[in-house]
Amino acid sequence: MPVPVGPEALVPRLRAICGDAGVLTDPAQRRTYESDGLTYHAELPGVVVLPTSTAQVAAVVRLCAEEGVPFVPRGAGTGLSAGALPRSDGVLVVTSRMRRILEVDVEARCAVVQPGVANLDVTRAAAPHGYYYAPDPSSQQVCSVGGNIAENSGGAHCLKYGFTVNHVLGLEIVTPAGDVVRLGGKVAEAPGYDLIGAFIGSEGTLGIATEITVRLLRAPERVRTLLAAFPTMDAGGRAVSAVIAAGVLPAAIEMMDALAIEAAEAAVACHYPKGAGAVLIVELDGPAADVDAQFAAVTALCREAGATELRTATDAAERARIWKGRKSAFAAVGRISPSYIVQDGVVPRTALPEVLRRIADLSAESGIRVANVFHAGDGNLHPLVLFDDAEPGAAERAAEVSGAILDLCVEHGGSITGEHGVGVDKACHMPDMFSPADLATMDLFRRAIDPAGIANPEKLLPTPRLCGEPPGVRTDVHPLVASGEAELF
Amino acid sequence: MPGTTPPPQPPRPPAEGRGADPAAPATFEDLLSDCVHCGFCLPTCPTYVLWGEEMDSPRGRIHLMGQSRQDGVLTGTAVRHFDNCLGCLACVSACPSGVRYDALIETARADVEREHERPLGERLLRAAVFALFPYRGRLRLLRGPLRGYQASGLSRLLRRSGLLDRLPPSLAAMERLAPPLRPAPRLPERVRARGRRRATVGMLTGCVQGAFFPQVNTATARVLASDGCEVVIPRRQGCCGALSAHAGRAEEAARFARSTVAAFERAGVDVVVVNSAGCGSTMKHYADVLANAAGGDGWARRAERLGAKVRDVTEFLADLGPAAERHPLPIRAAYHDACHLSHGQGVREQPRDLLRAVPELELVDVANPDICCGSAGIYNLLRPEPAAELGRRKSADVRATGAPLLVAGNPGCALQIAAAMGADGEAPAVAHTVQVLDASIRGLPPAHLLGGRRGG
Repeated sequence: MPVPVGPEALVPRLRAICGDAGVLTDPAQRRTYESDGLTYHAELPGVVVLPTSTAQVAAVVRLCAEEGVPFVPRGAGTGLSAGALPRSDGVLVVTSRMRRILEVDVEARCAVVQPGVANLDVTRAAAPHGYYYAPDPSSQQVCSVGGNIAENSGGAHCLKYGFTVNHVLGLEIVTPAGDVVRLGGKVAEAPGYDLIGAFIGSEGTLGIATEITVRLLRAPERVRTLLAAFPTMDAGGRAVSAVIAAGVLPAAIEMMDALAIEAAEAAVACHYPKGAGAVLIVELDGPAADVDAQFAAVTALCREAGATELRTATDAAERARIWKGRKSAFAAVGRISPSYIVQDGVVPRTALPEVLRRIADLSAESGIRVANVFHAGDGNLHPLVLFDDAEPGAAERAAEVSGAILDLCVEHGGSITGEHGVGVDKACHMPDMFSPADLATMDLFRRAIDPAGIANPEKLLPTPRLCGEPPGVRTDVHPLVASGEAELF
Repeated sequence: MPGTTPPPQPPRPPAEGRGADPAAPATFEDLLSDCVHCGFCLPTCPTYVLWGEEMDSPRGRIHLMGQSRQDGVLTGTAVRHFDNCLGCLACVSACPSGVRYDALIETARADVEREHERPLGERLLRAAVFALFPYRGRLRLLRGPLRGYQASGLSRLLRRSGLLDRLPPSLAAMERLAPPLRPAPRLPERVRARGRRRATVGMLTGCVQGAFFPQVNTATARVLASDGCEVVIPRRQGCCGALSAHAGRAEEAARFARSTVAAFERAGVDVVVVNSAGCGSTMKHYADVLANAAGGDGWARRAERLGAKVRDVTEFLADLGPAAERHPLPIRAAYHDACHLSHGQGVREQPRDLLRAVPELELVDVANPDICCGSAGIYNLLRPEPAAELGRRKSADVRATGAPLLVAGNPGCALQIAAAMGADGEAPAVAHTVQVLDASIRGLPPAHLLGGRRGG
């Protein structure tokens, strides 16, 4: 193994690869990349590169591999688990200039795109042909397809359509050694290991996707959207259970509580029913006759569960208005609180009412407000923990509440993340969910692909670093290790 | 340099006075902290669309503003990225957290003007622009020579010679963008309502608008009068201060704002109608323009009162409803959203509704309506290269509509797009929304707006 050099030593060679305009060394410029969508974690990248082609990405990674310098991939920087947290001793590889849609192949029902293309732009390119790209995270107009690959992003409609992993047919990746490898293609079936499945959700630890072939779906014949207001979260939860029990599979079932409704109203004036304790958005899509029959059933079930108001969107504009409140909810919370933590956890749907009650208890005990926005259909919670960072100790108490919510999820047989990923933020929580043998197997796989450990190190899997330690490169011996209270393994 | 660790984060400065008095205006630090770094602004930012880098996005610029405040140092890098901002405010429309980027960038630019020494060439160019543009009298003096130059054929000769390519980009941009000038009629101080008087309104004639686009002002006055408004046009009005405010020349902007406020107070009108998007956007926020400037509290209240009376002409006409008959105007027209109308004032539907009400006019939308055309006040003079690139992109979107007439609520946009389209093919005719209404009310043929072009 070579003796690692500092990333500044690579600058002349990086310039030769990406051109002067593709390499950022100015400290003020680099600092704008210090965090992704989760600003709680920040670190100045050693150097930032903005490649424009697969060849440039491969050359940059090969150089990193030769010199033993770590690299961190970044798309649009909207991630919420600090998966794109840079390293001061590494190279940040940003794909924001690789944003060409290379092909829309209507006959093969797929599109080939570069990783920096925004999620929604795939649908925009396919729409004139009557097709769309199904995964739709709330940040879909911004977040990149490459970032979606890293995080295995979902979205409101993954209840029916699944996550990113269900919609990728082929990948061109640059491995941590700098080799360009093709996985899959336009044909759905391939023998051998499902490496596409392994790569998607690997959070940049197995390399960088440089070209992505995604499946396009035919736009449904009919889409109907219902907004139902309930006096309480319990009543809303009963409606969700009733709908699923009736054998209806909506494209999406979303729920928001009173606090989240207040924030969305302040941000985008979505005019959800006033005074509601919960709203439910139910969307059905498919053949017209099926949708109409199911819609009648869902409407009746909501009424039975105690809905106080029901609204139906009849055209695309009304549907967009209903969704606007939901899709802007995270950032909208900025209107009602100076700071907040977006949590992301999963519980079995049957445990939803119990977990929501326990979250309310946690909130009451700590005096920390929690707004709830979630994909009710698949139990993917997004509690928003609100605090004022100007108030001493508030951030720590909020972090405690946020962590306790994750414990609740695991306790009820759920997961510490539904779609935001693990990144740096939740690496410490991985042992809550997985046994040492589970984690060791994952680590073995990671090391098979990245033996030198330079691809987004210290993300996803817990590392010898101690939990609660601030992010960054430790240059000295940790005090607990020095005192013999802890040991590195 | 690479490899160093980030400077330690000092504690946030206390929010001055906000805790003690909740009604106190938000400080710059409060406004900065409203940004939660979600990135929803990125795809609507014209420079992010061009270059795909964080520091030329609204989120990145807000980060740079935070750095400057934290470190107490305004770096040349930060200034360059602030200068790159077009001030189109598309990010304000896109932001779910309600970040006041408009207020942030104006404050940042005022800091730049106070603290940063620009290179000599830039200083001279800016001094020349601001010694000329806000003053209608000086602009009028230019009209004679400019008309002579255009009439002589020298302009065409120069454009064909390729000599323009060798001029400094800013000078070449000025030449290309200079509007074809027509004789300027003089507006009376008071225009009587036609028929029953339904309202009495003040009208801003503006600096650039008044000197270079007098036909837009006469059309505005005629349409207002035809729809039953008595139009008061105060003689002693000048530039509203928008150009200066957008460039961070806070004191200069405040001076213009004060005299505009005074002029319309004297006119005693309930509504001030504005036909230039950039002016209306600034005048609606006069309270901000005068809040931080010296000159006493009285002005803040007066500015707020006047700001509340300001309406874009299309906003006002749509609320008022038509009185005069609209005659058929068989034209296919593409409507372009001027940033300071759509993002700055939220006026999107009103001009479209007014145009759709013209019989036989076919209205088409332009793709990517949220992205700025690159005109952006004086941006196309100060930063000609990105402005031209954005103009080329807008040009392609407008051309795809196949419309022979481009309608916009801001003359700067129309000129910028027409210039870009002329550079790579035939340029469409351009008109302000009120010019189309004026032609329809007067029963003029499409040729009046189209020149020699076919109606489409």
